[in-house]
Amino acid sequence: MQGRTIRMLGMMLGLVGLLTFVSGCKKKVATPPPAEAPAQPPAQPTVTLNASPSSINAGDMVTLSWSSTNATDLDIEPGVGKVAPEGHTPVQPTASTTYTITATGPGGHASATARVTVTPPAAVAPERPQPGLSELFEQNVKDAFFDFNKSDIRADAREALAKTAEFLRSYPQIRVTVEGHCDERGSTEYNLGLGERRAQAAKNYLVSLGITADRMNTVSWGKERPFCGEHTEDCWQQNRRAHFVMAH
Amino acid sequence: MGVAILGAFSLALAQPAAAQDWFKTGTGLGVAKARVAAPDLAARSTAAEPLEKTFHDVLWNDLDYSGILELVSPSFYPVKIPGQPGELNATDWSSAPANAYMLAYGNLSIEGTNLAAAGFLSDVHNPTAPIALQKIYRGTATDADARRLGHQFADDIIARLSGGLPGVGQTQIAYVSSKSGNKEIWVMDYDGANQRQLTHLKSITLTPRWSPDATRIAFTCYAPYRGTTSAQICIYSTASDRLIAFPRFRGTNSSPAWSPDGSQIAFMSSQNGDPEIYITDADGTHLHRITFAAGVNTSPAWNPKTGRQIIFVSDRGGEPVLYQADADGSNVQKIDMPDMGYVVDPAWSPNGQLVAFSWRRPSGNFDIYIMDIISRQLVELTRDAGRNERPSWAPDGRHIVFESTRTGTRQIWSMLADGSQPRELTYQGQNESPNWSPR
Repeated sequence: MQGRTIRMLGMMLGLVGLLTFVSGCKKKVATPPPAEAPAQPPAQPTVTLNASPSSINAGDMVTLSWSSTNATDLDIEPGVGKVAPEGHTPVQPTASTTYTITATGPGGHASATARVTVTPPAAVAPERPQPGLSELFEQNVKDAFFDFNKSDIRADAREALAKTAEFLRSYPQIRVTVEGHCDERGSTEYNLGLGERRAQAAKNYLVSLGITADRMNTVSWGKERPFCGEHTEDCWQQNRRAHFVMAH
Repeated sequence: MGVAILGAFSLALAQPAAAQDWFKTGTGLGVAKARVAAPDLAARSTAAEPLEKTFHDVLWNDLDYSGILELVSPSFYPVKIPGQPGELNATDWSSAPANAYMLAYGNLSIEGTNLAAAGFLSDVHNPTAPIALQKIYRGTATDADARRLGHQFADDIIARLSGGLPGVGQTQIAYVSSKSGNKEIWVMDYDGANQRQLTHLKSITLTPRWSPDATRIAFTCYAPYRGTTSAQICIYSTASDRLIAFPRFRGTNSSPAWSPDGSQIAFMSSQNGDPEIYITDADGTHLHRITFAAGVNTSPAWNPKTGRQIIFVSDRGGEPVLYQADADGSNVQKIDMPDMGYVVDPAWSPNGQLVAFSWRRPSGNFDIYIMDIISRQLVELTRDAGRNERPSWAPDGRHIVFESTRTGTRQIWSMLADGSQPRELTYQGQNESPNWSPR
């Protein structure tokens, strides 16, 4: 179909030897952008939730920030409770936690999640080449989201990738693994291919923004490593993405 | 010998999904199946009794699930059950109420640590004819061997009654199970017995495929290598119980499929960008690419009869659907379907005449279908029972194993190739991607 040619760019460059940091249990859960709102009242509420930083050592603080539209009632679990339509709050999780915000309005419900990965104190962090860089990476690098069964870069993905490209331009020493992910509705084998296409689409878009191809390695996880486990469209959208992981 | 599909094909072909009625076809519809009586064997000692029970349970189950015969209900048996031909009164079995055509019987004895099962098959309508089968099955006096010998006797009976094609009692099913906490390759007997874990890679393994000689299993693995984890082709030798070497390739590599002579492996690889289908020799040498179309090209399946055609999945036209090509990649042809939807997981029947696949209709659910590759006639085998995916044929062409979520969890099921007699084979954890051993 349309939009396939861009992916053919930059495929010739060797990627062998890139050290990949593969996120074993460290998954950033970004908020998917809202889908195009159907033009029928009452409007479906939308909500976003962000945790910053999304990866801490035990004892550190995290700021949860959120915004919503068309919502009358918002609730963050675990441990926060009812909140205003827009705002932020500090939390101090002692173990890795997925925060879920649920927005309720006249148009229905919406939810979003943010994952905070907590490194326990016993596990002394292995020496990091550049302290703080991974936090900056988590804050500034944005994942690209996709439509069902598609690997075309949507308008919102272009915005996300522009931010990612900006960060990668500022830190030319950083290499990334681009992970392609799919939702559970497709088939296992086909999704391995589709995930690869999504990772390559995101990579090729970054190449078009001036990031050199040899800084990026693509990996497909198909539907094997979902970010969200529920059988809802919100969740499926979370899982259809190209996710960036900093390679050490 | 294949499955005779009789039925109302035309219903499926002309009408859109919403209007299509559920219809049922059958194996050998209109043909009376041979009535076979298979009473308990005579246990020659008390110690032999539990082994006789295992042997007979296996025999009964195999015959009952063979798809080619009808078992006589034990309530119709005559009083006297023979343990050997000299004790047989044929008319007891050929007349009402048993009305049997064949009688499978015998005796089972233990000598020291050895088990011997004497099995006989007699045509009770024709008592003067030579005995159709008489054989002594030998093993050790263990439950595992009683099971093995029961399968052997059943396979021999089925071979006699189906024109030489043996049963599948001694075949195995490879599959993916997360029971250990990670998706690993497991193997079980065709009836779900003896489930055991083969790999311990502690990452993710997918898509096992038996080699044609059933000594190796190729699969998709995510074993890390020098700091990079990507999907690769792994091969496990069931003969030597270890992984055997296969080269790593760049990018995502998945869905290996063996050529019918075992000399080559087709698989998906993104080593040059797009996920395309490549073929190598079974040792990973002589790599060459056979598909050249932007999009995902994956799930190759060789025609097991000829080795000259491959069916695969491609989304070059939008949604993923099936394409057929010669094994060198030439003569690519889309397999047109009568309706929209997402068509994946092709599996060619052993005789090369039918292709099973899963079809995600616009309604969203996956069901198993088979298609006659020449006439393109379709039969739907599952319906209204969760997601049903990844069919794989038994070597007899009469059975299909698949994965289904119909119980709420993803499990391995088998059925006759007409959709009848679905049987759940796994119950614990999540189990998927079954592949039936070719022998």
